[in-house]
Amino acid sequence: MTSPRRVTPEPFVWLMFSAGGVVAALILPVLLVLFGVAIPLGWVEAPDHAHLLAVLRHPLTRLALFGVCALALVHAAHRLRFTVEHTFRLGRYDPAIATVTYGAAAAGAAAAAYLLLTAFG
Amino acid sequence: MDQITLRVARYRPDDEETEPVLVDYDVPLRPDWAVLDGLNYIKDELDGTLSYRWSCRMGICGSCGMMVDGEPKLTCATFLVDLAPGPVRIEPLANFPVIRDLIVDLTDFMHKLSSVKPWLIRQDEQPVEDGEYLQTPAQLDEFKQFSMCINCMLCYAACPVYGLDGSFVGPAAIALAHRYDLDSRDEGDRQRLTILAQPDGVWDCTFVGECSTACPKGVDPAGAIQQAKLAAAQEAMKSLLLPWRSR
Repeated sequence: MTSPRRVTPEPFVWLMFSAGGVVAALILPVLLVLFGVAIPLGWVEAPDHAHLLAVLRHPLTRLALFGVCALALVHAAHRLRFTVEHTFRLGRYDPAIATVTYGAAAAGAAAAAYLLLTAFG
Repeated sequence: MDQITLRVARYRPDDEETEPVLVDYDVPLRPDWAVLDGLNYIKDELDGTLSYRWSCRMGICGSCGMMVDGEPKLTCATFLVDLAPGPVRIEPLANFPVIRDLIVDLTDFMHKLSSVKPWLIRQDEQPVEDGEYLQTPAQLDEFKQFSMCINCMLCYAACPVYGLDGSFVGPAAIALAHRYDLDSRDEGDRQRLTILAQPDGVWDCTFVGECSTACPKGVDPAGAIQQAKLAAAQEAMKSLLLPWRSR
């Protein structure tokens, strides 16, 4: 603690983790219930296909969906990093574990970006 | 009179005892007796070699924290009748080195406590003749709950992160730093943030929340740490976006 101030990425990771927590708790469940349960079961009227496609093709929709996916993945990676380190007492391997967990989140985010850019034409 | 068994951890390295052992003592089970009264009975009547810390016996001094049936408790505020029929396991505070019997080494905690500068810091002291630094009730309420900390270290014994990584500054020290950061009379938040924003500061905390559960004084160290994280994260963002801004 008496060592000079070190620059650490933790604040930025934590901010994304916090944002990811909000996304995973508030936005993902709404999307899942709406498109995974309510619309298939006919609880709410299904939107017109052309209209939904037009919404999905809008850059802002793509950006928002990318944000939801990427932040939720960072949230999961952050939790997994500390769960693994504390449960199995692997804190000394933090650089490697952090690289793997955040790396996986980055790969997932890249895959989401690729899908969002290519899947809807 | 009813009796209850206290199963007390004994550790006497001076007597070439290399491992702590549990020793049973039968003490009277009285409705007005706390665990500490039971320990005092052992010391006075059964075995004068038992060592433990205590002072005020009214939840103010923070000396008598121990593990009671595996939970960090103030032994002066934990009553034997609530633990009947027993036996009641009494051990030194978890996560600390043990010196003897129920006495733990405070050195690490004392060092951490002073490292976060838990006192009022002013750029310029105003002269005595100008009077007191006035504060509104609302300004007092900002920090009051965090000022209730008695440094009993139950939160350190409850914190799984401190148990795994002794370099973590820990709940009470961060809560006390936050208490002064929130004080309208204080101007030292930058100095403290420099320490709290280190990797061994607030970022070690994974928000388990056991510290706030264990606190016998109703302080919420977990909340303080989250608020300090937000402050540290805001500072880090400012430094990133406005690198020319002087710290």
